[in-house]
Amino acid sequence: MTWYTMDTWIVVVGALAGIACAIPGCFLVLRQMSMMGDAISHAVLPGLALAFLITGSRASVTMFIGAALIGLLTAVFTQWISSWGKVERGASMGIVFTTLFAVGLLLIVQAAHHVELDPGCVLYGALELTPLDTVTPLFWLGLGWETPRAFVVLGIITLVNLALLLLFYKEFKISSFDPNLATTLGINAQKMHYLLMSMVAVTTVAAFEAVGSILVIALLIVPAATAYLLTDRLSTMLLLGGGFGVLAAAMGHFLAVWLPEVHGLPDVSSAGLVAVTSGIFFAAAVLLAPRYGMLGKFLNRRPLKKHKAATPLSPEKT
Amino acid sequence: MTKTNLPPAEDDPHPEHSRDAPLSIHDLTVAYHRKPVIWDIDLDLPEGKLIAVVGPNGAGKSTLLKACLDLIPRVSGDIRVYGKPYRQQRSLIGYVPQRESVDWDFPVSALEVVTMGVYGSIGWFRPVLRKHRAKAQEALEKVGIGHLAGRQISQLSGGQQQRVFLARALAQEAQLYFMDEPFAAVDAATERAIVALLRELQQQGKTCLVVHHDLATVARYFDHVILLNMRVVAAGPTAEVFHNENLQKTYGGKMPLLEEAGQALRQNLS
Repeated sequence: MTWYTMDTWIVVVGALAGIACAIPGCFLVLRQMSMMGDAISHAVLPGLALAFLITGSRASVTMFIGAALIGLLTAVFTQWISSWGKVERGASMGIVFTTLFAVGLLLIVQAAHHVELDPGCVLYGALELTPLDTVTPLFWLGLGWETPRAFVVLGIITLVNLALLLLFYKEFKISSFDPNLATTLGINAQKMHYLLMSMVAVTTVAAFEAVGSILVIALLIVPAATAYLLTDRLSTMLLLGGGFGVLAAAMGHFLAVWLPEVHGLPDVSSAGLVAVTSGIFFAAAVLLAPRYGMLGKFLNRRPLKKHKAATPLSPEKT
Repeated sequence: MTKTNLPPAEDDPHPEHSRDAPLSIHDLTVAYHRKPVIWDIDLDLPEGKLIAVVGPNGAGKSTLLKACLDLIPRVSGDIRVYGKPYRQQRSLIGYVPQRESVDWDFPVSALEVVTMGVYGSIGWFRPVLRKHRAKAQEALEKVGIGHLAGRQISQLSGGQQQRVFLARALAQEAQLYFMDEPFAAVDAATERAIVALLRELQQQGKTCLVVHHDLATVARYFDHVILLNMRVVAAGPTAEVFHNENLQKTYGGKMPLLEEAGQALRQNLS
C-alpha cells in the first residue's frame, strides 16, 4: 500500500471537518434538531448559485458568504413558519429546505451554462481533490508556504468553533437543556439558537467543499450521536464527538486507499468511506456502549448484587 | 448577587395596591393564534406569602407565569416586579418550570443542573467556578439529595428530579419564585419536603407563586389563592376566597364532586 503526503493532507482536512462539525453537531443532537444540519446543508445551494450569478466569479469568499447567509435564513424561515403557520418544526424545516434546494438546483443548472459548477460535486464533495487546490496563506508574511485551501478554511472554522464553544459553554449548555430558564436568567435562548444555527451554517458550507452537502450531515450528526451513547457528561460528549470525527476521517481514507489494493475495487470515494466508518462506529456504540448500548442494557437487567451508591461530586466536601 | 432595597416587611394596610408589590400585573392579555388564552388579568401579589394559582386544565395557569416572565409574547399588559419593569429585576426572580419541559436524558448531573441556577449571577464569558458548584451542592443538601449530586438526571426518580429543580431555584437566591406545578406526580416524602421548603422561603420574606392542581391541599399549603379560568375569578387570602361558590365559578359544573372530596379531606386532616 502506498501512502503519499497527499493522503495525509486528505486525512487532516477530513479530521478538521470532523472536529468543526462535532461541536455544533453535539448540540443539534441534544436539542433533537439533528435534521437542521440536513436542512441547512441542502438549503445553502441557492446561496452558492446566487453568489456566483451575482458576482460572476467562483471566488470562495463570496460563495461562502452567500451560502452561509442562506443557511442562516433557513433557520429563520423554519422558526417563522413553525411559529406563525401552526406547523410543527420538522415539517416547516422540510418546507423551507426542499424549496430552497429546488431553487438552488434551478439556479445551478442556469449557471452551469456559463461555467462548470457541478451539482454532483456539490452533493458528494471531492475530498480526494482537496490537496490539489492550494493557497499560500502566509504570503503577507513573505512566506511561500503552500497548503491546501480546504486545510486553511477548515482550520479557521475549527478554531472559531472551538473559541465560541469555550466562550459560550455554559450559555450553550443551559439554553440547550432549559431554554426557558436561560431566558429568565437573561441568557436569551433565541439568540443562542441563532448563534448555533450560524455555526451550523458556516461549518456546513466550509465542510461541504471537502465532503459534499450530504456527507457533511454524517460528520455533524453521527459522531455526536455515537458520543451521546457513551457518556453522561456534556464535556466528554463534545470531546468524544470530535474524536470520532477524527477517527472516522483517518479510518475512512485509509480504507479508501487500502480497499482497492486488497479487493481490487476500481474506485472508492474517501468521503463516502468516512461516512460509512462513522456509521460503523455508531453501530458499535449501539451494541457495546456500557450503559445505553444493547450489551449494557442486557447486563444491567441482571439482578443487582451490590448497590453502589453514587458518590457526591462536591468539591468542597470536608 | 445584587440585592436591591426591598420595601419593609411590616404590615401594609393595602398590600393589594402597593406600588412595591413583588409582582403587579396590569391588564395582561395573551393570545395564541388570535384566540385569547388569558385576558384582563389585574393582580398585585402580597409580599412574603405562599400564593396558589388554581384552575381547570387550559385555564392559562402556566401561560400566566410564562407571560409574566416574558417567555411568550403578550397582546397587552404591564408586568412590574417590586415596582420596576420585569427586565430590570430578573435577578430577583426564580423559576421552576414544569418537570416535563426539559429532556431528562440530557448529559448533565444533578449538580450541574442546580449550578445553572447561578449562571445569571456569573455573567457572560465567565466560567463556572468551585464556589458556584459549592453553592449548588449546598442547595442540593437543603432539599435532601446532596448524595445524588453526581447522578445523571435521568437516573433520578420523579420526586428527586423535582427536588433538583427546587434546589436550582434555591441557588438562584431570588425574592420572588414562580413555580409551575412543583407538586405534580411527586412522592409523599417529596411533597412534605417541598412544603417545608416553601414555608422556609416564606419565613425569609420571599414570595412564591405556585401553580397547584390539588384542590384538597390548597387551604393547608397556601395562604393566598388566585382562582383562574382565563380571567381571574377571585384572588385573595385563602380563607376568604377559596370557597364553594368561587370554585364553581372557576371549574363550572365539574366542580361539586371535586370540592366535596376536597372538603372531606380537609376536615379529616384538620
